[in-house]
Amino acid sequence: MSQLAASGVGLLLALSVLGIFAARRALGTRLVYAACAAVCAALAGVALLGLLAPGAGLESVEIPVGLPLGRTVLGLDPLSAAFAVIVNLAAAIVSGYAIGYGAHAREPLRVVPFYPAFIAGMNLVLLAQDAFSFLVGWELMSLASWALVLSEHRAAENRHAALVYLIMASGGALTLLLAFGLLAGPHGGYSFEAIRRVSSAGVGPIVLLLALLGAGSKAGLVPLHAWLPLAHPAAPSHVSALMSAVMTKVAVYGFVRLVFDLAGPPAWWWSVPVLLIAAVTALLGVLYALMEHDLKRLLAYHTVENIGIIFIGLGLALAFEASGMRAAAALAFAAAIFHVFNHSLFKSLLFMGSGAVLNATGERDMEHLGGLIKAMPVTAVAFLAGCIAISALPPFNGFVSEWLTFQAILLSPQLPQWVARLLVPAVGATLACSAALAAACFVKAFGMSFLGRPRTKAASAAAETDRFSQIAMLLLALLCLLAGILPGFVLDSLGAVTQLAVGERLAPQSAQAWMRIVPVDIHRSAYSGLFVFVMILLAAAATAFVVRRVASHALRRSPAWDCGFPDASPATQYTAGSFAQPIRRVFGSVVFRAREAVAMPKPGDTAVARLQVELHDTVWDALYAPIIRLVAATAERLNRMQFLTIRNYLTLVFAALVALLIIVGTWR
Amino acid sequence: MSYSDWLIQLAQTALVLGTAPLLSGVTRKIRARLLRRQGASVLQPYRDLLKLIRKEAVVAGNASWLFRAAPYLIFATTWVAAALVPTFASGLPLGAVADIIVIVALLGTARFLLALAGLDVGTSFGGLGSSREMLFASLAEPAMLMAVFTLSLFAGSTQLSSISAYMLGPGAGVNISLALALVALIIVSIGENARIPVDNPATHLELTMIHEAMILEYSGRHLAVLEAAAAVKLLLYLSLIACVFTPWGTAVAGAGALAYAAGLLAWAVKLALLAFLLVLFETAIAKMRVFRVPEFLGIALMLGLLGTILLFVSKVSR
Repeated sequence: MSQLAASGVGLLLALSVLGIFAARRALGTRLVYAACAAVCAALAGVALLGLLAPGAGLESVEIPVGLPLGRTVLGLDPLSAAFAVIVNLAAAIVSGYAIGYGAHAREPLRVVPFYPAFIAGMNLVLLAQDAFSFLVGWELMSLASWALVLSEHRAAENRHAALVYLIMASGGALTLLLAFGLLAGPHGGYSFEAIRRVSSAGVGPIVLLLALLGAGSKAGLVPLHAWLPLAHPAAPSHVSALMSAVMTKVAVYGFVRLVFDLAGPPAWWWSVPVLLIAAVTALLGVLYALMEHDLKRLLAYHTVENIGIIFIGLGLALAFEASGMRAAAALAFAAAIFHVFNHSLFKSLLFMGSGAVLNATGERDMEHLGGLIKAMPVTAVAFLAGCIAISALPPFNGFVSEWLTFQAILLSPQLPQWVARLLVPAVGATLACSAALAAACFVKAFGMSFLGRPRTKAASAAAETDRFSQIAMLLLALLCLLAGILPGFVLDSLGAVTQLAVGERLAPQSAQAWMRIVPVDIHRSAYSGLFVFVMILLAAAATAFVVRRVASHALRRSPAWDCGFPDASPATQYTAGSFAQPIRRVFGSVVFRAREAVAMPKPGDTAVARLQVELHDTVWDALYAPIIRLVAATAERLNRMQFLTIRNYLTLVFAALVALLIIVGTWR
Repeated sequence: MSYSDWLIQLAQTALVLGTAPLLSGVTRKIRARLLRRQGASVLQPYRDLLKLIRKEAVVAGNASWLFRAAPYLIFATTWVAAALVPTFASGLPLGAVADIIVIVALLGTARFLLALAGLDVGTSFGGLGSSREMLFASLAEPAMLMAVFTLSLFAGSTQLSSISAYMLGPGAGVNISLALALVALIIVSIGENARIPVDNPATHLELTMIHEAMILEYSGRHLAVLEAAAAVKLLLYLSLIACVFTPWGTAVAGAGALAYAAGLLAWAVKLALLAFLLVLFETAIAKMRVFRVPEFLGIALMLGLLGTILLFVSKVSR
């Protein structure tokens, strides 16, 4: 298994080199993407086998390249296998989409070679069983995706996005390096096995902090999310899908690996910062998304919210595990990983949909879209499925993971610590609030882009996207539904993962009647997505049947009624801005310091009245702007050092030497 | 699960559908009487539905398939949610496949589709309704979930039958958390069913309207199905409150025909009482400004959260 997976990574790297030559022709581009799809599908299959067959995938491959102290160890344990399934399943379908979509790239040479390398990097992170190859994979993933963000480098905003991303990624990698250094201890055993053997008492809290910074910045935890809504939309849409739906999951994997696996048994208070940050992330992410009118940036911000939901599950699992409530920990952890899986499905789907819209209209701004449901019926259906799924509505998959998280929250009054007992219900309320706001956000996203009347010429001239993209989107929509109505299979296949992470697994689910899931006890709670789905279908069919039999069949098309004042101009429709205005007024006045001002002309003046809205990115203003100012000011000062004479330089070198010697001397 | 249980479930499923228009007829009648009007017959909603269903449907020229499919899906999800709430008998077979969180979420699905349907034709009224509905839902839904959490923590279960059984048992008593959850649930019911002071079910062409604005473009059979869905939703909320907070008289699964008859009677009395209280409150209060409503619903959210936190801290829950 591990050999197969490792050779898959090798194949992807080879494809990356091949891409340099293949990108010159459209057919070559398509072939590279097709090969990526095939390799990823095979990798997903291998990982699934490794996950389901107990003990089959545990052997590891050693490659005699690496640090002087050790070799590179690659292998699949249940945790990495589960994430490898998630990553490669989404990557395979996204690559299938790219066969059609990627042909539109303006400069394919800037995309095609980096794309397989990006996937290879993510796989390397998952396969790594030692810190060295983990970090190599992590950096490969970061740099390849950075190059992809920069692929449309002529737009100044993309260059800015790439710069911010590069800085955040380097910072994140640095903290991870420190975390592994601490874990390896003074003897420097960098393989995960050696780290597990060394008692890591004492460094646990620091590792947690570093993991929150390093993996959290990659995943998009507030306040380290700032790069994410800039970088994800800047890349071509299939890459955005991978970055938002898949790379953030690799970051979650990094956090889980460090905190649940390597850092030793957790203390109960570890859950407090995780839960706090996660709750803030969930709420702020969705509020940011609601304020956004750019379809791809909205989706990117919404990834932040979903990362928050995932970390809520992880935080609960930490709290439960530390208090010895292993069954509850397994539930919370399984809910988190289930949401990782779900999010990888529907976020890929939605980014693909936005890519199809971008291709068809050249627009990302929802204020310039509208009415696409008629021109792009297949895209619309798939996008709608994704919207329902991500809004955590039954019978789709997003609801199942959210339901499981709620069930975990309802078990937490048994936690012994009163701080946790105070915090958890507030986290639950935040989760409920962000789920409801997510529904509002996706009513806006779907309603403004696909419903109503076309707001621009580009939107009315749109045409349906290509076949490859359609099939990929429909496939993901189907998977979203299947994971929603047959959640028992997903939960069962996560058994070995929860066993590894929290030392307990949920009872087998797939033998339950009606495919229902019973996380704790049948008298406590149960949910059968299949049953609910069938009931809804039956009820809708019965209603339609009865109405058809009883009611009048007459149907007349006429102009819209609109209370008797229909206006022919599509500009009179609700816009994305007006849709979000009430929410901005209620939530945004505090969070974004939103201000509205109406500039009315004087009576008799025929000038137009203007509504001005002022929004502040509070996190950016409070955290990033001062740092940027400080760096800029320091750079300004240090700039003088570039224009010194040779004497001055020699003096400087001498002074530095003396200073270092003094430091070394006093240290001893 | 025996066949009789399924029969009872089927009977309840049909019952909520059959009596929902009657309930809205009764509320309108009570309201009219309180306003010193004669009011239409309590059977008027049935006649309205029949009239609408026989008329031709006028659909805006640019409406998509979503516009025409949405009413059926909205009705179906609302109906399924209503079938999950015990009315005259608890311990239903469906309780073992879907709990109260699912009910809240199913109503969320219906709301999502309705908001989309409001945006489909591309008129300003439809967008206005959708936008406001989603704003209110963003507070009402978590408020309801918090109330649900309080109840679930008491009963140690999220299944309505278990909660109802717990409320009947010796463990339940007058409790501050329960009272907070009740108030939260009532506020949410008012908001979600488009009643005064949040919305006015009796007006059109009013700038503050929400629910009516979303379905403004509907007519004929589509409108009939949506009106029926709204009636079922009101019945659902009142049944839910009755089932949880006044569980007396509800038959347990497997009880004899007499118990079922008694349960039916008890349910009818409870519903009539709740409808009376709802209308009494409605007639006594004025319609709120739109931006007052988030505060009103925010109160519900805070009460629900407070109830839950009290339970978490006092650890009386299971």
